[in-house]
Amino acid sequence: MQKQLLLGDEAIALGAIDAGLSGMYAYPGTPSTEIMEYIQSSEEAAGRGIHREWSANEKTAMEAALGMSYTGKRAMVAMKHVGLNVAADPFINSSVTGINGGLVVVSADDPSMHSSQNEQDSRFYGKFAFVPVFEPSNQQEAYDMVSDAFDLSEKFRIPVLFRITTRLAHSRSAIKRRPAIPQKSFQLPSDPRQFVLLPAIARKKYHALLATYESLKYDNRLSKYNVFKDGKNRRLGVIACGITYNYLMENFPDKGPGFPVLKITSYPFPKDIISDLTSRCEEVLVLEEGYPIIEEGLRGILDNSLSVYGRLDGAIPREGELNPSIVAKALGIKSEPLFEVPGVVRTRPPSFCKGCGHSDTFLAVIDALKPSGALGVFSDIGCYTLAALPPYSIINSCVDMGASVTMAVGAADGGLRPSVAVIGDSTFTHSGMTGLLDAVIKNSPVTVIISDNSATAMTGGQKSHATGRLERICEGLGVEQEHIRTIVPLRKNHAENVLVMQEEFEYQGVSVIISARECIQTASKRRKAEVSKNLSSEQ
Amino acid sequence: MKSDIILSGVGGQGILSIAAIIGLAAIENDLYLKQAEVHGMSQRGGDVQSHLRLSSKPVHSDLIPYGKADLIISVEPMESLRHLPWLSASGWLVTNSTPFMNIGDYPPVEDILSRIRQLDNHKIVDADEIARQIGSARSGNVVILGAASHYLDLPFESLENALVKLFSKKSPEIAEMNVKALRAGRNA
Repeated sequence: MQKQLLLGDEAIALGAIDAGLSGMYAYPGTPSTEIMEYIQSSEEAAGRGIHREWSANEKTAMEAALGMSYTGKRAMVAMKHVGLNVAADPFINSSVTGINGGLVVVSADDPSMHSSQNEQDSRFYGKFAFVPVFEPSNQQEAYDMVSDAFDLSEKFRIPVLFRITTRLAHSRSAIKRRPAIPQKSFQLPSDPRQFVLLPAIARKKYHALLATYESLKYDNRLSKYNVFKDGKNRRLGVIACGITYNYLMENFPDKGPGFPVLKITSYPFPKDIISDLTSRCEEVLVLEEGYPIIEEGLRGILDNSLSVYGRLDGAIPREGELNPSIVAKALGIKSEPLFEVPGVVRTRPPSFCKGCGHSDTFLAVIDALKPSGALGVFSDIGCYTLAALPPYSIINSCVDMGASVTMAVGAADGGLRPSVAVIGDSTFTHSGMTGLLDAVIKNSPVTVIISDNSATAMTGGQKSHATGRLERICEGLGVEQEHIRTIVPLRKNHAENVLVMQEEFEYQGVSVIISARECIQTASKRRKAEVSKNLSSEQ
Repeated sequence: MKSDIILSGVGGQGILSIAAIIGLAAIENDLYLKQAEVHGMSQRGGDVQSHLRLSSKPVHSDLIPYGKADLIISVEPMESLRHLPWLSASGWLVTNSTPFMNIGDYPPVEDILSRIRQLDNHKIVDADEIARQIGSARSGNVVILGAASHYLDLPFESLENALVKLFSKKSPEIAEMNVKALRAGRNA
């Protein structure tokens, strides 16, 4: 088959289609978004009838994937690393229930926080849930591993965690495909109580899970994805996990490193192979993208080892993503003098697009808050978080999806007036609705401004579950009809919008202001699509 | 053959199109390739870059090591300097001269250009103006690619073919316009 140039994300998506996937479930989140997008735009996926709609959030996605697995079919769920926190409850318990059809959970970590709130390492979740973890080092491996992950999942009746990082997710390379296999047939679990985690059943299942994890450790000794290559120079050996293997090899383009190297891309820790390496080397350098998990394991709690190097002793920086130059430095390879970034270069932070509705919403918020002397509002995760930067500097929080609403409730409890939350439409349906219900139940004096651009804009304008439903949702949750206001954030409406906001800020109960104008990026894409559609219908 | 290229600009200026054209041309020439892109928040008017690596041997790292880039291709002058630590001592810097001013403290353009001129191997092209002259104001990115094509170890025809292949999906007219832009850049 011909090679295709694919992002790491796309390679995973194609790998899943070719591995007989029946359902793909996800909520958009950088750097994982393109997995679902690839499957949504794939004609092959359409032809195979693969389910591929966005979910409301990562938890609902994880649960729907588990439901697909329940029917004996193969399911994949994809999210960014912090999305796995949202999905943690079903994820952890899915290892206790076990699976029926193969289940692969992709979590895309973002070391250096290019587009995230933290740089947590999803491999921890693998150990936490007692499931195997795959961490491909390149795009081809990512493609190949998906099929093996499904097989492993079905062999051990357990979900498999598939961990990638930003660089692999968003880097392209040529992929060689394998012939696609058919989807699994409908086959309900043979044990009707498999998914019933009543304590008496859960205890038995947990006991069995721990035994499975031991078998997984044994099985992983032989994994083709952990490769030990011996070398003559045995002063130093290197353990390189996932993508860090490339950063190591980049420094030895011609002859190879000449010292023992263990490449790890499959977990639980392959103890025997690690000891093969440590037993023959005086010192060990551990390269890990993310947290120093293997390094901590090697050091142990007492950490009296003088021969292990990595992130914990400063050989490698404690934070941030790695690159070939960092690895070169840790190995003592001298760098030639470099050009410096000239002083004339200024930082260029991201900013609202010209004409963005969020911008007009925040300009109104700023003026509406003035009489009260309030310092700002709670906000959330989306393009609108950019209002933390000048010239707006009006938001005082961005913590996790939906937190603006509930932080406003708690702060109102603490005496803050006005207590205002600004949240995007998609973030609201992701995790803001339940917080609004809390507010309604206690009639909290809060105003929730939903900056509604009819899209999940920051990740590229995916469809929002909220579109066309916000008023009915808020009404259904119990917000009084006269305190659900809708405004259009345009400069010409500024004075009027400020007044609406001030009225609701003064109201000592729950109010919602829906500030609705389509994202200008998705609007322009839509118009272009319409024009080309009209052109082709004229021809 | 090995060619390590940094593409730089501001979100929305079309550096991923440049990457896609070179990438397709590289595949046509049976080269190995890795191309790291920036997606997500920075695309909103922030600085963006892409690491593009072509080689006749398999490429290990998705990222170019510091001091190893053979070429910086930039659609914006200040952005061309941001990635200077990646450029090798013998590498070339090819940039558009038209600034994209979306920040309050944008320095005087002449300060930027004079700093670029201090490099031994540089080429400054007014890509926006050239694109306007040929009646395709939005093809500035392709003009810059044309200007940089002298320093790319790829046959020029391969770039043209790749361009046609990519843009024909939109329309034959757009493809033709972009080939014109590529040639104008090469002759600039």
